[in-house]
Amino acid sequence: MEKFINYTSVVIPIDRSNVDTDAIIPKQFLKSVEKSGFGDNLFDAWRYLDQGEPGQDCSNRPLNSEFVLNRKPYREGRVLLARENFGCGSSREHAVWALRDFGIRTVIAGSYADIFFNNCFKNGVLPIVLPSADIDALFDCDKDSGPFSMEIDLDRQTAVTDSGQVYRFEIDDFKKECLLEGLDDIALTLQHEGDIAAYEERRMREVPWLFQDLSR
Amino acid sequence: MTGKTLYDKLWDEHRVRESDDGTALIYIDLQLLHEVTSAQAFGGLREAARVPRRKAANLAVADHNVPTTDRRAGITDPIARLQVETLDRNCKEFGITEFAMTDPRQGIVHVVGPEQGATQPGMTIVCGDSHTATHGALGALAFGIGTSEVEHVLATQCLVARKMKNMRINLNGILPDGVVSKDMILAVIGLIGTSGGTGYAIEFAGTAVSNASMEARMTLCNMAIEAGARSGLVGVDERTITYLQDRPYTPRGEDFECAKDYWLQMVSDPDAVFDQEYDLEVSTLRPQVTWGTSPEMVVSVDDVVPDPADAPDQTRQGDWTRALDYMDLAPGTRIDAIEVDKVFIGACTNGRIEDLRAAAQVASGRKVAPNIKQALVVPGSGLVKTQAETEGLDRIFTEAGFEWREPGCSMCLAMNADRLEPGERCAATSNRNFEGRQGYGGRTHLVSPSMAAAAAIAGRFADPKQL
Repeated sequence: MEKFINYTSVVIPIDRSNVDTDAIIPKQFLKSVEKSGFGDNLFDAWRYLDQGEPGQDCSNRPLNSEFVLNRKPYREGRVLLARENFGCGSSREHAVWALRDFGIRTVIAGSYADIFFNNCFKNGVLPIVLPSADIDALFDCDKDSGPFSMEIDLDRQTAVTDSGQVYRFEIDDFKKECLLEGLDDIALTLQHEGDIAAYEERRMREVPWLFQDLSR
Repeated sequence: MTGKTLYDKLWDEHRVRESDDGTALIYIDLQLLHEVTSAQAFGGLREAARVPRRKAANLAVADHNVPTTDRRAGITDPIARLQVETLDRNCKEFGITEFAMTDPRQGIVHVVGPEQGATQPGMTIVCGDSHTATHGALGALAFGIGTSEVEHVLATQCLVARKMKNMRINLNGILPDGVVSKDMILAVIGLIGTSGGTGYAIEFAGTAVSNASMEARMTLCNMAIEAGARSGLVGVDERTITYLQDRPYTPRGEDFECAKDYWLQMVSDPDAVFDQEYDLEVSTLRPQVTWGTSPEMVVSVDDVVPDPADAPDQTRQGDWTRALDYMDLAPGTRIDAIEVDKVFIGACTNGRIEDLRAAAQVASGRKVAPNIKQALVVPGSGLVKTQAETEGLDRIFTEAGFEWREPGCSMCLAMNADRLEPGERCAATSNRNFEGRQGYGGRTHLVSPSMAAAAAIAGRFADPKQL
């Protein structure tokens, strides 16, 4: 996994709660067997005025000029701001692949759906949770004074607006380390091979029927 | 010491190790695989030269992309075909059992697991699909994961996780005639909201749950994710044991007796403490219909479309306004005055035999209304389809004007050819009414199987009892 590097970017405000993964990447794009190439179809139904199909060249498609990702300077933005329960619905990791592919490495929201939240960390994307008063303040900042940037500093666990407002966020130490170091989860787990083998041996004795053979 | 909840027990039984910060390694007993979320996981294994730790603990079936019309013609969409063929190839290469598209046992992964007895109480079960929550109806800890975690489970048979919190929802009372588990779960989501269960495992309890069939319990657990909870749970009882008897993968003879004793422990202790608890009296519950683009936007069939001016806060006022605009509905419209264009009966929520029986009962001797462009019945699995045909349900449906299809996810998410056209309105027994879920620009109303059948007959939403 690519390491998470601190950066500064324009904040893209999507003023909705319950943004679901079907909206982030519609189902027709899930037919791909690759992990990349989803960026052009991020928020496809909101971003374009026509119906998108996989494998299509998106450069000539009619854009929905009202949608934030199509407006300057937001389309260069690499931090996404949303409200409660971002990423709800389907478990599709393609939603995170689409965000990452577009270049978005940080989402700031009031809360996230559990599966989406987990998927972010597997792909070097940082999901920041802030209290709803802070989320309100950030949306107001964009509404009242126009586009603004934030500096995302994972080491210090801060997101700082270009006017100097500091938002501190919490993150699990283990997840933080994995993001900063770009660690491979599977390799980490395999370090505990001994524990896993011992667990299996005990369980095979105690509850043998749980080790079903689905190849029979 | 206070007692343990069912979730506590499942968690403790599967903890391989735990770090000081509360991060644990938990063991996974069963992984279910399908074509949409597994290709990149197998690709990852291959790149890292890893192999599945226990291939016999995995079961694969293609369901999202498969056509529901004649299978002999194969899949016409080349991209979808490649994805299904990739699953076939990966299963072959890595030695994983797959029910291929033409296998009579093929079906929606969450219908197939319990049906085959692969899903058993006391297990941890994962799948790259959020509706894995369904399997919790059998007292298993089952939850959806992303593709990276699919790969992680293939390689290590474990997942890194933190313990969730415990929630119990007590559903008490006798359900009125014509009101079913789908109505209960929609009402629950309306009550606690789509993020009400985030961070929790939800156990469903109460007399309405103990009286519910196993299939009805699966419908409840299926939509726990629509309330934000990755896992839904129901404690094991004699009904669970009876359901498990003689299924292809359940233990036999003496093994069954040993397993049974263990399974029956898969209940919350009487003195267990839950972090959050809700009660819902169901004896006055009415059939539910969603009106918006989130499952929490739900009312009774005899209600009207709500007014955003009455929304509890400003954010929701905006969400409701956008939802009504997308759904092309005006506040104050009577639900039973809303006409539909298409009807979809099926999905991992309501594609089991009892669901089809309930819909057929409404359809029997009646005709689909002339304004209905298409009414689809898609069985959850090949075995459900065969059973329904044995009972003559297919003829009831086709005589009424419904189409009788091959099993798969179909119009629940419209990855195959079954979909809504822009602007079309659908009464669906599936689980999500998100924008575009059933097709670009399509409008979805979630209902129970008998409500969907009634909508097909009346051409609009109607209480089946008043047809």
